[in-house]
Amino acid sequence: MKDPIILFFVMGVLAGVMRSQLRLPSQIYDLLSIMLLLTIGLKGGVELAKQNLIELIPQIVVITSLGIILPLIAYPVLLHLGKFKRVDSASIAAHYGSVSVGTFAVAVSFLNAKGISYEQYMPLFVVLLEMPAIFIGILLARGISKETDWKEVSHEIFLGKGVVVLMGGLLIGWISGDEGIEPLKPLFFDQFKGILALFLLEMGLVTSAHLRSLKRYGLFILSFGLLMPLLGALMGSLIGGLLNLTPGGVTLLATLSASASYIAVPAAMRISVPEANPTLSLTASLGITFPFNVILGIPLYFWLSHQVIAFLN
Amino acid sequence: MIVYKRKLLTIITESGLENALKRDFERLGIHGYTIVSARGAGRRGERLGNWDGSTNIRIEIVCTEEVGAEIAQHLYQHYYEHSGMISYLSDVDVLRPNKFETPDSQ
Repeated sequence: MKDPIILFFVMGVLAGVMRSQLRLPSQIYDLLSIMLLLTIGLKGGVELAKQNLIELIPQIVVITSLGIILPLIAYPVLLHLGKFKRVDSASIAAHYGSVSVGTFAVAVSFLNAKGISYEQYMPLFVVLLEMPAIFIGILLARGISKETDWKEVSHEIFLGKGVVVLMGGLLIGWISGDEGIEPLKPLFFDQFKGILALFLLEMGLVTSAHLRSLKRYGLFILSFGLLMPLLGALMGSLIGGLLNLTPGGVTLLATLSASASYIAVPAAMRISVPEANPTLSLTASLGITFPFNVILGIPLYFWLSHQVIAFLN
Repeated sequence: MIVYKRKLLTIITESGLENALKRDFERLGIHGYTIVSARGAGRRGERLGNWDGSTNIRIEIVCTEEVGAEIAQHLYQHYYEHSGMISYLSDVDVLRPNKFETPDSQ
């Protein structure tokens, strides 16, 4: 655990657990998230402009399907084994089908530190994986019900903060190109690690609040929060391997599949399925899966990606 | 100084409901309100106000008694069961009563 950004996260968790007075204003948290998303988006957009989009269509289709399949696997497990209510099972399943950009950023930083290259257009996959699970989650909770205001739901999903900033960054990067975004480099790219460190400090504080509610929900949610990302990572790395991504790309896809949403999905679920218990799904995604992925998961998925590529060849 | 009696409706709820509530206000003919970020604790646990998922908002609407009761009733029916929300009405004195009337009630 030599990467100091992980230690920022641990510091946040410890400060939170010990009920320190340390607290970052939510506006700072918002700014840090926006900067991370923009940096990731801009970089992805510049690379996307260099790609032949027609060639990317198979990848786009496969990865969107992954976002649909993951919640469909998680749902029956939560419903039958976990004995959760239908709405709660659907909501947690949606969290795990979608992604965490924070986790993705840590994985990018992990690969950068090791000097491992990856498909730079991967941020496109973040956008693709973020959304389908939300629709699936609402369908699982409600069925095809007339009560659901799909117009409002779509507005919530497509115009959520994260999606707008990430898509916006992708488009700005695409339009501006390498030279165009060069003057932005000092603020965004050069500061990436520092911003990520502060972001993780805040995430540590946020996570600690959810660790407290862990005791209330017991062993099943703990096991689910650890095993579901492993299953996701396995599926993600297999698909990445089959799509002939580089080891770095496979690691990122595995990380995305392993990660669970804590921004877009909870926000959409509060509006569309308000009777689902938000503390339950956030305890799993923020209290268990996020720290697991950040501290242990990413190095593990890096190792896994090499095993999978060797296996497929 | 002549003052007029109006009601202050205060709503404290999850920040995630802000857009939905604004649409409701629009439908109910409410065009003036004030929203501030808030944090605190209640039956559903602590809201630390450190990120979107843990932030509350406090909404204040000055209106007539009838409109206040109508909004409160709407909130009670649509949000109280599943969302973190409280609201209360109090008496306030205002200088310009017309400012706090919806177009229908004028």
